[in-house]
Amino acid sequence: MKKQPTATVSTSPYLHDATSTPRIMWEVVLTLVPVVLASYYIFGLGALLVVVAATLGCAVTEYVFATGDKWRPLKDGSALITGLLLGLCLPPGFPLWMAFLGGVVAIGMGKAIWGGLGQNVFNPALVGRAFLQAAFPTAITTWSAPDGGWFSLNGTNAAMPFYQGEAVDAISGATPLSQMKFDHVFANTSDLMLGTIPGSVGETSGLLLLLMGVYLLWRGIINWRIPASILGTVALLSAVFWWMDPTVYPPPGFMLFSGGLMLGTFYMATDLVTSPITPKGLWVYGIGIGVLVVLIRLWGGLPEGVMYAILLMNASTPLINRFTKIKPYGYR
Amino acid sequence: MDLFSNIATFRHGVHPEEYKHYTEDKRIERMPFVDEYVLPLGQHIGAPSREIVRKGQYVKRGERIAEAGGFVSVALHSPVDGTVKAIELAETITGKMVQSIRIETDQHSSQLVTAQEVPDPFTLSYDDFITSVQQSGLVGLGGAAFPAHVKFKIPEGKTCRYLMLNGCECEPFLTSDHRTMVEHPADIIDGIKILNHFVGAEKTFIGIENNKPEAIKALQEKAASSGAPIEVVPLKVKYPQGAEKMMITAILGQEVPSGKLPLDVEVLVSNVSSIAALSQWFRQGKPLIERVVTVTGTAIKRPANVLVPIGTSMREVVNHCGGITSADLRMLLGGPMMGMVQRSLDVPVVKGTSGMLMLTGKEVGNMDEYSCVRCGRCVDACPMFLNPSLLGMLAKKGLWEDMQDNHVLDCFECGSCSFVCPSHIPLVQCFRVAKGLLRERKARELKAEKGQ
Repeated sequence: MKKQPTATVSTSPYLHDATSTPRIMWEVVLTLVPVVLASYYIFGLGALLVVVAATLGCAVTEYVFATGDKWRPLKDGSALITGLLLGLCLPPGFPLWMAFLGGVVAIGMGKAIWGGLGQNVFNPALVGRAFLQAAFPTAITTWSAPDGGWFSLNGTNAAMPFYQGEAVDAISGATPLSQMKFDHVFANTSDLMLGTIPGSVGETSGLLLLLMGVYLLWRGIINWRIPASILGTVALLSAVFWWMDPTVYPPPGFMLFSGGLMLGTFYMATDLVTSPITPKGLWVYGIGIGVLVVLIRLWGGLPEGVMYAILLMNASTPLINRFTKIKPYGYR
Repeated sequence: MDLFSNIATFRHGVHPEEYKHYTEDKRIERMPFVDEYVLPLGQHIGAPSREIVRKGQYVKRGERIAEAGGFVSVALHSPVDGTVKAIELAETITGKMVQSIRIETDQHSSQLVTAQEVPDPFTLSYDDFITSVQQSGLVGLGGAAFPAHVKFKIPEGKTCRYLMLNGCECEPFLTSDHRTMVEHPADIIDGIKILNHFVGAEKTFIGIENNKPEAIKALQEKAASSGAPIEVVPLKVKYPQGAEKMMITAILGQEVPSGKLPLDVEVLVSNVSSIAALSQWFRQGKPLIERVVTVTGTAIKRPANVLVPIGTSMREVVNHCGGITSADLRMLLGGPMMGMVQRSLDVPVVKGTSGMLMLTGKEVGNMDEYSCVRCGRCVDACPMFLNPSLLGMLAKKGLWEDMQDNHVLDCFECGSCSFVCPSHIPLVQCFRVAKGLLRERKARELKAEKGQ
């Protein structure tokens, strides 16, 4: 007898949009590649090694904490994003072992103990950086000037664990933000855009980050409301102060392109997991970050406020979600 | 972007691939009679029909073989001349065994329908009209198979200001409504006139998605020449545009309040094919004994729009269309977004069968599930403005009451959330479970109250 066809059972819908969470993650990783290469070009090999060390720390920790299939969490690419972002917000002359440790803390304390992907409240990369800031305040504020040598290494990169001595051969330079804060000297906006100024590995080329951000927006990977509200708030608020006293307060262009604002706006504040889910909530979140950044930069004890601004708003996200519920169809 | 076009639509929704090209230009073809027909007595929503024939009795095509088993129930007719072989349990599309009438075809059976005498609708009273529609066996042909006469009966105190015909057919692949609109526009306009004689709507809208210009043109021409207040409204191609609430919002800019019916906003919605069938009953005396079924997909040899007699075995329909081309078949009844998978081919086509979609296991197979990363794509997709992400997390924890507080009962299971979810979380599937459990619990509570 001829075998009759049979069928198997499941429930609708049977069509699916082609994308997947790992694909989204890997696409973000891809957009970070040019940023890493640019920082290599600007700061030399040391910058690249810092990024690699931080990423390695994340990957190893992700592997160690995984249950079941050990490789599966790594395959979704999210730990890689955390590692790259952490590396990008550290100084190029940062000791590698510290960067590695930062990666371990980022994934371990920032993600794994919450229950893994999708469960954490704070952006893991920023948790890692906050840890490093608290643990190694000197190292994380030692900025070397841009140095285009392809193989240039900072002596401090190779510092041994727990070695406390001051770096001998680091050429340190004040970042534009600390110059702004302590000397009221504002760097040229075009230098800020190109990134040829002292700063963290990936925080410097504002233009490139903006370009990547636009790409992510166009691909629908990040929600446009977050960059729109953060950048809009920062620009508006700093414009008001600048108008009041341009000798003390920096112009909006400086505020937008200096420090970690671009990196934070497009890659950290937009983290899907730790940002609100409702459209109204996203506006509240973005405006909150914008206001905090300006407040910390202009009056806080630190020159830069992006990290704490995002972490604080991450903490408010569950609350924001609760208070910005969407009104369903048929209840209006 | 809705901002830059003036084509009416609703907010949110998704854009699945259309896949209409398989059958959209294929004329409706009549399927030849097969040797045997199996007519389940319960193939509509409501009480099953009651058989009025005996085993061995000779019946004619279009003859009533079962009467309505209550008000929310319809009559059933024989699709062929033939002999009643048995009245027994037989498998149906739900997988359940249902009392069914088995008819062996007389090989001299004619395509003509001679058995029914139908009165001129314009001489009938409203109640007689409703009874006549019930006798015609008409149900909503969009897929839900809700008895049409129940819908047409406007309850005391309610008014019908607008009649709305649903010709959206927003499900991918399906083209049966499309072909009916292209090939039988006169029947649709005539059906509107008959129905409107009784419900007295000010105006009739026919909502059609913009990807069916041929249907829009055909109906626009017929509507214009009829002189009746009928407007064909082209709607944006977006899923689920054909959900009645979404269509009402698109055309009138008004929402149907939660838990209410279209009539609560003075609208009566009906599928276009049902209205064509209404005209065919009153003008040609043809009860609902056949319907257009879109047989399509990647795993069928010859996709087609087939006029299939109700009760035809699905295997015969598949063979009529050249057979199956894949060993790993997934057959869906209806479209891919809301349709149901069908395990067996040896079940009859029923009144609600709008499409038979033949896909392969590779196309509909399960995908790896990841954690929810709260990307919010589902929130932007849900046409009911729910928060599927939150509901999904609650479902995984079994927090059914919290789901109810977050309006899971307003979900009509269009599947847009599952469609967009990059983590492949079976959201709508979870909501179905939750809705079932919540309804069950409510029924139990009601029972307990009554018991006291």
